[in-house]
Amino acid sequence: MFDLIFLIILLCITYFTGSIIEKNHFKKIKQREIRLIKKPIITYGTKRFQTNRPVKKVELVTGEVVISGDYFKNFVASLKNLFGGKLTPFESILDRARREALLKMREKAANASIIVNARIETVLLNNIYIPNSVPQCAIIAYGTAITYDNQKKL
Amino acid sequence: MILTNIESVPGMRIKAQCGLVSGSTVRAKNAVLDFGAGLKNIVGGELKSYTELLTEARNDALNRMIEQAKKLKANAIINIRFATSAITSGAAEVYAYGTAVEVERIEG
Repeated sequence: MFDLIFLIILLCITYFTGSIIEKNHFKKIKQREIRLIKKPIITYGTKRFQTNRPVKKVELVTGEVVISGDYFKNFVASLKNLFGGKLTPFESILDRARREALLKMREKAANASIIVNARIETVLLNNIYIPNSVPQCAIIAYGTAITYDNQKKL
Repeated sequence: MILTNIESVPGMRIKAQCGLVSGSTVRAKNAVLDFGAGLKNIVGGELKSYTELLTEARNDALNRMIEQAKKLKANAIINIRFATSAITSGAAEVYAYGTAVEVERIEG
């Protein structure tokens, strides 16, 4: 009986904290995305990049993030596992994490003209052999930032 | 050292290829961080301390790769890829690899 009450209290608390944290995070991400729109331009999967414009600087930029789900989401997901279908609580976690990692990468290259061949690498950190462990994932986003020399004429 | 993850260095010409270079590092979280992150695990959100750990690990892997490239007298590494794997719960490996090359600036 005590266990059940404890579980319900824990679920209530984590529902509120989780949704508040997520809402705030999405709000921040949206603001930063609007601020960084097309600055720098970002391309995915351009392995051969050629340009005739004079290039000032070429560097590798990265952004990393480790994110975890909350207890409530984990509970909902484990219930959903019985019926199958979309696991929306985990989708939002991964979406948040990837966007955050990309934003961190773009903020590091704020003065660059273009980011070429952006890639996203994901790894799950939690122990998959323990059932119902809260998922944590680490994400690295990386790409090549290229700054054109605007003073030099072609 | 110029690092790129595309097949060339824009504005430069590849003079010679030196070979594959790689660097890897395995990082485990420590007990103090683990406690804070354990609490964060329940409420959810970004684990800032682990993010820093991952940044350090990525820097380490890159630096090891750069050292190898310096030994081969290369001045750039192209086509860099990161690979990550979870070894046990809470420990992550970051592996970086690429092709070390000698480049020179295109004149004119």
